[in-house]
Amino acid sequence: MRAKVARAWALASVPVVSILLALLLGSLLIIASSLATEKQINLMLPIVAYENLLQGATGLSFLDVAGRNLTFNPSINPDQAARAITNTLAAASPLALAGLAVGVGFKAGLFNIGGTGQVLVGGFSAALVGALVAQQPAPIAFTIAVIAGALGGALYGFIPGFLKAFTGAHEVVSTIMLNSLASFVIVGLVNDVLKITGPTFARTADIGNAAMPILFGRNGNLGIVFTVILVIATWVLIYRTPLGFEIRAVGANPDAARYAGMNPRRLIILTMSLCGLFAGLAGAFEILSLGYYPAVFGTTIGFAGITVALLGRAHPVGILLAAILLGGMRAGAPAMQITAKIPIEIIDVIQGLILLFLAAETIIRRLIRSRTERVTPPELGTVSKSYGESSV
Amino acid sequence: MGASPAPIPPTTSDPSEAAVTETVTAPALEMRGITKHYPGVVANDAIDLDVRPGEIHALLGENGAGKSTLMNILYGLATPDSGEILLDGTAVRIGGPSDAIARGISMVHQHFMLVPVLSVADNILLGAETMANAVFIDRSEAHDRIVELGKRFGFEIDPEVKVGTLSVGWQQRVEILKALYRQARILVLDEPTAVLTPQETKEIFTVLRRLADEGHSIIFISHKLHEVLEIADRITVIRRGKVVGARVPAETDEDDLAALMVGRNVQLVVDRGESHPAGPTLVVDDLHVADDRGQQTVRGVSFEVRAGEILGVAGVAGNGQEELVEAITGLRRPTSGTVSLAGRDATGRGPRQLQQQGMSFVPGDRHRFGLILSFPVSDNLVLTQYDEAPYVKGILRDDTAIESWAKRAIAEYDIRTPSATLPASSLSGGNQQKAVVAREFSRKLSALILDQPTRGLDVGSIEFIHRQVIAKRNEGAAILLVSAELDEVLELSDRIAVMYRGEIVGLVDGRSASREEVGLLMAAGRRSIPPVEPEGAATGAGGGPR
Repeated sequence: MRAKVARAWALASVPVVSILLALLLGSLLIIASSLATEKQINLMLPIVAYENLLQGATGLSFLDVAGRNLTFNPSINPDQAARAITNTLAAASPLALAGLAVGVGFKAGLFNIGGTGQVLVGGFSAALVGALVAQQPAPIAFTIAVIAGALGGALYGFIPGFLKAFTGAHEVVSTIMLNSLASFVIVGLVNDVLKITGPTFARTADIGNAAMPILFGRNGNLGIVFTVILVIATWVLIYRTPLGFEIRAVGANPDAARYAGMNPRRLIILTMSLCGLFAGLAGAFEILSLGYYPAVFGTTIGFAGITVALLGRAHPVGILLAAILLGGMRAGAPAMQITAKIPIEIIDVIQGLILLFLAAETIIRRLIRSRTERVTPPELGTVSKSYGESSV
Repeated sequence: MGASPAPIPPTTSDPSEAAVTETVTAPALEMRGITKHYPGVVANDAIDLDVRPGEIHALLGENGAGKSTLMNILYGLATPDSGEILLDGTAVRIGGPSDAIARGISMVHQHFMLVPVLSVADNILLGAETMANAVFIDRSEAHDRIVELGKRFGFEIDPEVKVGTLSVGWQQRVEILKALYRQARILVLDEPTAVLTPQETKEIFTVLRRLADEGHSIIFISHKLHEVLEIADRITVIRRGKVVGARVPAETDEDDLAALMVGRNVQLVVDRGESHPAGPTLVVDDLHVADDRGQQTVRGVSFEVRAGEILGVAGVAGNGQEELVEAITGLRRPTSGTVSLAGRDATGRGPRQLQQQGMSFVPGDRHRFGLILSFPVSDNLVLTQYDEAPYVKGILRDDTAIESWAKRAIAEYDIRTPSATLPASSLSGGNQQKAVVAREFSRKLSALILDQPTRGLDVGSIEFIHRQVIAKRNEGAAILLVSAELDEVLELSDRIAVMYRGEIVGLVDGRSASREEVGLLMAAGRRSIPPVEPEGAATGAGGGPR
């Protein structure tokens, strides 16, 4: 039991400390922002802000704010809590999928930076096909649109996988380029040939019956359920099936994988396609919730997936937890903006800081004087060794 | 690093002086009661070691016996829990490698720490630059000193030659020069002969003897018994972190040392018994293979291995054996020629198909090919059968079946690990190799390819693996044994093929072959005594670093 706790701490310590440090640094920014919003330095503002964030994400409140006087008063409003948690889960669902799109790649030693492009292509495919089947019965239309999104993303992951397997093109480089390609081509298409008349801004046609079904509350959607199922399925795939063993083997030691009779090329292509499929689903869920594809679809989900995957230690369950955390921040941010007048972008800053601290694991370990052996999953080494690594 | 102390002229002792000091003065180095605990193990348990000036002192022990820990402590890489180190009778604290070097202790690692694209002089100067002025390095003075040192110790070398063009044997001499350049008085050589040919080993021994005669103390780490007997003045044997004996070569022999090392009597040469070969199982015909750079390193190799016999392939590393093995086992495509297995064509088949046709393969580089070090021992034990029954049930892996096989393999093959769930990296080299052997030997097989099956292993593990090999042969497997260890090939093979520059230059009977005959074929590709060759030529294509 003690060994289990120790191991869990060894795994979780760096993510936890990274989050705390990011919140700490973020609070400095919030204090600085008080200069602009309140014309004076308000040292209590971070507490108010984070309290609002927590309340927006979970409905849990522990402070009464009256001007500058804070009184500790934990309370929970069930209705508000249900709404807040639903919002958090709805925001977490695409994040978790984008996290899987990166995390599964790590397992095979691949660093999929192409989440953004795959999300866009997935969402775009879902929007186009969704519009085509908009008049079909809802279950059929939705299913077809989701499949289209998944396939679009998978195809967009297949391309860098194929290039890597057969030409050695590094996936980091090719996926970055594919991100730009997807973004510009899609914007061009939506602004031009696919633009519908009517709305004041450029967007594709309505998806009608292909819209994301809502199961509970205002946005407790079917995508959340799918995401949980996919997280479990991914865990089974990676840790319980021979294919998952192959993926992990190729990631840990490609030579040994080849020796053991596995086909690294096939596995690289397959894994990248699978990563793309997850990202494509994330994009599809986003777009099918929105109802159309807007020309200005400035999604940050693809990149957030990197943070989610690293924070979750590339483990499906860890990814789910990380996605809920970041999803909660996204869901709670509007409340924070309204009540504490903190710009919503502070969330992106905190998310970026988390990533920074995760990447600087050595510094964190020294900071917390962790004597526990480094238990970083070896595949996370992918991040640091991706650049400048020769393909020999 | 910054500026190093200005070089003082070479050490004061001359040979006659050294001979005198040996008997009267204090030991050059004394380690007293060195104890070092690591979580769960006592790596060093009150070890005493004294090394006299001008002495070659062998440190003998199995893998994991504590030799490396002791030397890391001496070199300042580890701090002992207790015990003291005395240099010339004075207790010292060694804070780190730079401290050790400043005190005249140098280490020549098994894997050379050289930059191949730099010249000999540059490599030697690296970190010990002598400055002509504030900005520029004084290369001419360094150049002269290197030439002078080489002359003094009997290995003249051109300081401007690029290290990458040197043979392994000469690279090692550059490492030694590096130590001498830094005024080393105590040299630690970690398994210096592991990468050398018998000829190169002889040459390096001459160099070491010369160094000792000049008053240097040499700590020679090895587990090759005949070498230790040949070169050492005194031998200290370590087992499980304790000194279990001290010997002088004149009063001991290989069996005695092996027994000390392992703690029981060891059969150094396994009785290979009679072989009863049947028809040919593995037939290689006119095989040509290119290496990664497109060089033809296997040039028209043909042989057949019959069921129930061991065909040994002897040769200096780098004469095409690696590519030959890779071509036979499906890791590399041959450029021409054929391989057939049990009567069926197997040319260019992938590892998976060959495994299904009954081929088992123990790869030479267990870290690169044989194991996934970060995976549990149990996963490694099914690495080549992970998708076959009984390890898969339906679409899922069957952990119960994997675990029960792992338990059995660990017991049967004496793999020492506290648990099958620990990563393979936690095993010692010998136990890692036993895991590979357990996996590959337990498959249904008709042909067994063994590439350096006991490289880097201690005598106990070697004895065990050799027994298993003979048992497999007696069960009727066709075994191809490729090894750079000539002794191993001589001891196990029914027939021996000698490879030289990509060709089989001789096929001799394993029982009647002499070491000299095979050695000559290995070194020169012919049976007559070769003319005196220029330095490094004996390694042939294998001269460069990998």
